[in-house]
Amino acid sequence: MLEQSYYDKTDEIIARHGAAKKSLIPVIQDIQAEYRYLPPELLSYVAKKLGIGEAKAYSVATFYENFSFEAKGKYIIRVCDGTACHVRKSTAILNKLREELGLSSEKHTTDDMMFTLETVSCLGACGLAPAMTVNDTVHPAMTPEKVTELIQKLRNGEEV
Amino acid sequence: MEYITIDSKCVPIEGEKNVLSLIRKAGIDLPTFCYHSELSIYGACRMCVVEDERGRVFASCSEQPRPGMVIYTNTKKIQKYRRLIIELLLSSHCRDCTTCQKNGMCELQDLAYRVGVHAVRFLNTKKQQPLDLSSPSIVRDPNKCILCGDCVRTCDEIQGVGAIDFANRGSRTEVMPAFNKKLSETDCVGCGQCASVCPTAAISIKTNVTQVWDAIGDKNIRVVAQVAPAVRLAVGDHFGIPKGENSFGKLVEALRIMGFDEVYDTNFAADLTVMEESKEFLERLESGEKLPLFTSCCPGWVKYCETKYPEFAGNISTCRSPQGMMSAVIKEYFKERDAAEGKQTMVVSIMPCTAKKGEILRPDNYTDGRQDTDCVLTTVEIIRMIKEVGIRFEKLAGEAADMPFSIASGGGAIFGATGGVTEAVLRRLMSEKNYKTLNTISFSGIRGEEGLKETTVQVGEREVRIAVVHGLANAGRLLDSIKAGEKTYDFVEVMACRRGCIMGGGQPAQAGPRTRRGRMEGIYRVDAASNIRFPDENPIVEQLYGGLLQGKEHKLLHRNM
Repeated sequence: MLEQSYYDKTDEIIARHGAAKKSLIPVIQDIQAEYRYLPPELLSYVAKKLGIGEAKAYSVATFYENFSFEAKGKYIIRVCDGTACHVRKSTAILNKLREELGLSSEKHTTDDMMFTLETVSCLGACGLAPAMTVNDTVHPAMTPEKVTELIQKLRNGEEV
Repeated sequence: MEYITIDSKCVPIEGEKNVLSLIRKAGIDLPTFCYHSELSIYGACRMCVVEDERGRVFASCSEQPRPGMVIYTNTKKIQKYRRLIIELLLSSHCRDCTTCQKNGMCELQDLAYRVGVHAVRFLNTKKQQPLDLSSPSIVRDPNKCILCGDCVRTCDEIQGVGAIDFANRGSRTEVMPAFNKKLSETDCVGCGQCASVCPTAAISIKTNVTQVWDAIGDKNIRVVAQVAPAVRLAVGDHFGIPKGENSFGKLVEALRIMGFDEVYDTNFAADLTVMEESKEFLERLESGEKLPLFTSCCPGWVKYCETKYPEFAGNISTCRSPQGMMSAVIKEYFKERDAAEGKQTMVVSIMPCTAKKGEILRPDNYTDGRQDTDCVLTTVEIIRMIKEVGIRFEKLAGEAADMPFSIASGGGAIFGATGGVTEAVLRRLMSEKNYKTLNTISFSGIRGEEGLKETTVQVGEREVRIAVVHGLANAGRLLDSIKAGEKTYDFVEVMACRRGCIMGGGQPAQAGPRTRRGRMEGIYRVDAASNIRFPDENPIVEQLYGGLLQGKEHKLLHRNM
C-alpha cells in the first residue's frame, strides 16, 4: 500500500483528464512523469476510478514499452542498440555501463536509486552513433572511456 | 437477388454480416479459432482466410460480403497458408497431446489433422510456465494458449467480469489476469465460459474425477450422486444421442454401473427451492424490504454480485441453491444410518457448472461446520468417467433414480434454462393450479433467448414486476439501471451463463445453434412430460416438510449466514 499522498496526487491527475475510459493513457503517463514509474497500486486504482477492468488496464500498460512498474533511478540511461549504433560497437558501451554501475541484463536499477540502465532499439540519432541518452540529453559518439568519465560526473552531481 | 460466388457455387446474401457466414451457409465448415458468432469479430487466428479472383488473400470473418464477389476457400495458396499457421501455432505449443485434458476435444489437434500438418519443423523455445491451480473451478495453463482471445472477449463482453486480458506485446504476448495474479485473487466468478470457448487446454475445467474414483473404491464410503436438471440434456452429446434428448435414465444406470450407491435427482431439490424462495418472496413483498429479491441458484451470479455490486448482496435470496439444499437434506437423511453402519456419506453432485465447485466451499453452504456437497463433477467429467469404464452409454435402456429424492415436478426440471426458476416460482404463487395457469405463465414472456426479459404478473392483489436476465454483462447493466432508478422490480432471476445452465461452463463445449436449440427444447419437453407440473404438488416435498425437515427448514435449506 502506498502513502495517501500518491492517491491524492492520482485523484488530482484524474480530475485534470476526466474520469472516463479514454483518459487511461494520459492519466498513467502523468503518473509516470510524476514518479518516474507507474506504481502498480496506482494502475489498479486508476482502473477502478475510470471504470476499466484491472486486467484491461494492465494490458494497455504492458503493451507500451514506455510504462514501467519498477521504480527507476534519478538518471535513466538509454543505450541505443539500433543497427547503426550496434555496428559501431554499442555493446561495448553497454557492457562498460553495466560494469561501472554493477548492473546486468536482469538488474536495471542501482540500489541507491541513482541510475537505471535500459537499451532502446533506435534513438533516431544514427548519424551520432554510438549514441545514448541520460534522461533527455543525448550523448553522441560514445566510447567506454567517455562512459567512465560521464558516470563520474553524474556521481559528483555535476551538470552533464 | 444479390449473391456471391464461393468455389463456383452461387450463395445468396441474406443479411449476413461477413463472408465467413456465407461460406458456412454454403455448407463448407471453414476452420476458425477466434470467431464466435456471439462475440465481437477479432480476426486474429487467420484460419478463415480465403482467396478472391485477383489472388488477394483475406480473413473471411472480418470481410463484408459484396454482391458479385468471387472467392475460393481451398486454393493451393490457401492450403499452404493454413498449414503454416497451424505449424507455427504448434511450434510454440505443448505437444504432449496424449496426457492433455483436452485430448480428443481439442480444436487445435482437430485442425492440425484436418489441414494435414504431419511434422513441425520448429523447436519450441518458449519458457515453460507454471499452471494456475488457484481457482476451484478452472485451471489456466499458459503454455497451451494460442492467443485467439476467445476467453478474453467472453469474460469481458458476455460476462462483464474482465478477469483476464492480453498482456505484453509481440512474441511476448500472453493472456493473464492483471499483474499475472492468481485467478483466485481476481474477480473471476468461476463460470467457466472461458473454458468452454477455449480451443485448447489453456483454460480447462478443474477435475475431481480421481477423488470420486477413490471414494467409490472405498467400502466405508456411501457415494451418493445428485444430477442437475441441465446435465441430462447434454451428457448424450458424446455418444451420438440426438442433441437435447433427455438421457437421465441412461445416466442413472451408468452411475450405478460405475459404483455409485445412490442416485438422486436435483430437480427434486429445485422444488424445495421453489417452496422456500416463494415463501421468502411473499414475506419480502409483505414487508416491502430488500426488494427486488434476486435468485440465489447461480453461484457465478452470487459471487459477481458480492464482488461488483456489494450494495445488492442483501437482496439475494437466503435460500441455498438446489445443489446446496439437496446435499444438506441427503446428509441429514443418512445421518443415523451412517452412524449405525459405520459409514460415511459423500455427496457428489453432477452439474453443468464449474462455479458449483466453488459454491460448495463457501462457509454459508456448510451445516454445523460440515461441508455438505463433497465434490462436484461437471457433465464433461462424467462423460470422461463413462468412457473410462467403457460403458456403451447409447445402448443403455435407462433406469429410474432412487427414492425418495427422485420425484420432481416439471417446475424443478426447467431450472436449467433461463426463466425456469421464475416460471417455477410463479407456478407456486398462482392459486389456481391448472393447465390454463401453466400456459399463462409460459407465455408471459419469461421464456426465450433474449438477454433481458421483463413481465408483470398479478399475484393476489399485487402486480409483481419481474425481470429475467442471463449473461453477467446483462445482469450488470440491469443492476446499473436499478441503481440509477430507471427500473424497479420485485423479483429478478439471474443466471450467469447465456441461456442458463444448459449452456453452463461444465457442459460439452463447442455447442452451436443446433445444440443450443436442442437443449432448450429438451428441457421444456422434460417439463411437459411430467405428471407433476407444480412444485408444491410434489408429494415427497410435502412429506419432507412434515418429517425430516421439521424445525430444520432454515438450517438445511437456507444459507448459513
